[in-house]
Amino acid sequence: MGIRERLSGNEAVAYAMKQINPDVMGAFPITPSTEIPQYFSTYVDNGEVDTEFIAVESEHSAMSTCIGAEAAGCRAISATSSCGLCYMTEMLYVAASDRLPITLAVSCRALSGPININNDHSDAMGVRDCGWLMLFAETNQEAYDNYLQAMRIGEAVSLPIMICQDGFITSHAIENIELVETEKVKEFVGEYKPQHFLLNKDEPMAVGAYATPVYYMEAKRQQAQAMMDAKEVIKKVGAEFAAMTGREYGLIEKYMMDDAEEAIIIIGSSAGTAKEAIQNLRAQGKKVGLIKIRSFRPFPAEDIAEALKNVKAFAAMDKDDSFNAHCGPIFAETAAALYAAGISAPKGINYIYGLGGRDVRVESIEHVFAELEKVAATGETGETYRYLDVRE
Amino acid sequence: MKDIVEIRWHGRGGQGAKTASLLLADAAFNTGKYVQGFPEYGPERMGAPITAYNRISSERSTVHSNIYFPDYVVVVDETLLSAVDVTAGLKKEGAIVINSGKSPEELRPLLKGYEGRVCTIDAGKISEEELGKNFPNTPMLAAIVKVSGVVEPDAFVKDMEASFKHKFASKPQVIEGNMRALKRSMEEVQVG
Amino acid sequence: MSHLAKDMTPSVTWKDITPGCNIFEGGTSVTVETGDWRTMKPVIDWDKCKQCLLCAPVCPDMSIPVGADGKRGDFDYFFCKGCGICANACPFGAITMVKDEK
Repeated sequence: MGIRERLSGNEAVAYAMKQINPDVMGAFPITPSTEIPQYFSTYVDNGEVDTEFIAVESEHSAMSTCIGAEAAGCRAISATSSCGLCYMTEMLYVAASDRLPITLAVSCRALSGPININNDHSDAMGVRDCGWLMLFAETNQEAYDNYLQAMRIGEAVSLPIMICQDGFITSHAIENIELVETEKVKEFVGEYKPQHFLLNKDEPMAVGAYATPVYYMEAKRQQAQAMMDAKEVIKKVGAEFAAMTGREYGLIEKYMMDDAEEAIIIIGSSAGTAKEAIQNLRAQGKKVGLIKIRSFRPFPAEDIAEALKNVKAFAAMDKDDSFNAHCGPIFAETAAALYAAGISAPKGINYIYGLGGRDVRVESIEHVFAELEKVAATGETGETYRYLDVRE
Repeated sequence: MKDIVEIRWHGRGGQGAKTASLLLADAAFNTGKYVQGFPEYGPERMGAPITAYNRISSERSTVHSNIYFPDYVVVVDETLLSAVDVTAGLKKEGAIVINSGKSPEELRPLLKGYEGRVCTIDAGKISEEELGKNFPNTPMLAAIVKVSGVVEPDAFVKDMEASFKHKFASKPQVIEGNMRALKRSMEEVQVG
Repeated sequence: MSHLAKDMTPSVTWKDITPGCNIFEGGTSVTVETGDWRTMKPVIDWDKCKQCLLCAPVCPDMSIPVGADGKRGDFDYFFCKGCGICANACPFGAITMVKDEK
């Protein structure tokens, strides 16, 4: 039952890539994701994979390489972080609109400035509207497991997929992990058999068309449908993965939510820290819980609204800021999810936290719940747009 | 209550404190534990103070923050004692292990009233004598294992031997030197 | 669901449009009527034409067909954009540009 190992998050993702043995990797190094192509290029050099490793001169070219390769009919992968992801942005849109299921590993890192190499979600959240599927991991185990499921999901809906984890916090931390045997991985992931591809001699094909206003919106509506369809695909692939490994994955993870009166909505590694805080508070008899978003794209609006409908107060935790003088993206989308579902009873506040590697402690999360307790008791949210653990 | 041991390492960039923390994680992993080993990253370069951490437990710890109330602190470079508040948050039931030729009694006054055990080991000297170079990692690792008991010492010695044999398959003299350094360190660590 | 370029018309729905507006066949430019971009059209006076064939290779839209007998035929007005290069190239004044009355 699995292989007991201890690996960093970056090692785990590189190992998943090795087990899958994709056709092409186009990559350019950037902290903290550099280790991924570094480990992977070693596998290439040792002949452990058949992958064509294309060393490019920029992230823009890395993604362009992936687009060309995937359109040709290959499985193409890359890895990046921070400004590297920003520099890919133009091509991220092209990959999504050309409906090419590329897999991109992201070790999330803050954006300049001030210059900072540590973790937050500014990079991934900055490209959240590019049309990519986006899964986030709490642990190295989840980064690995998400990666193994990524191609199944992306290829089923013809959309590219980002597998995000927290830079340094999981990417560079050694933790226990249970690996799946390579034969099982290969069987689970399967062969890539695209319906249409450029190197098919029996079907000439053109990719990257110009669409006039008469066609553009129909193309986009179809792309939107693929994202909607992905919700069921993610659940289905998650269920198959659970049958193989015993590890369950859906769009969200609910922790101690059954009778929760106060809840936080969170994404990434800090969910684990929050679980410890919740255990401490539960031991004091407080009814607290959390919702961890695994799939940010598609956004699990219905699941979140359903999970929150009975809470008295919630805090959406954003590890980046939209700088809209209002709130971060998770709060905005959570509030929209509740409104769309006709749920108005829960009182919500928003915390911007953990920017640029600001350490998120158990005490940080306990403070959030203490504030939520006040909101629940009074029914007054006060200022909804708040910064956590910032010196006043 | 979960049985969890939290360890904080203080070193200087390039001295291998991070590597030592990862080696300790490996050793604990090999005895069946759940481990975390992670450095605090920044723009530090060779010589700048760095911090690394270990969580070692029999159940998985989900916490992903740094460690503020460690059970043990390891100081790989004695000169850090004046530069860094190495005993910050250190539990008095725990211990601090310092790479130094001095005795625990000589160093205790530098530790801001820390009441727990102060342990010293001359890892530099052991390394020079057994390996011919100043690689304080292996002796420091052995000392913290001895002092903390976070890994059962006999199992640790066996595991390290297997690891060295794997790593230095073509250099048996290095294996022997490392093993001598390891065992000496476990014997010579002074607990005060 | 058709993926043929000929079915990608202004009435195609979002469900039927090809993914990414990709095109899954070759030579689809034959379905595009560039002739309706034309305001002026070339007309040939067969009495003046010497079949020198200087006009055919300069046509950017391959709208001057040359038969197996080595002689050019009439313009293909489905594609001819009325650019006038052929009229300019003809040394005998056999091609005249006239207003296109459609």
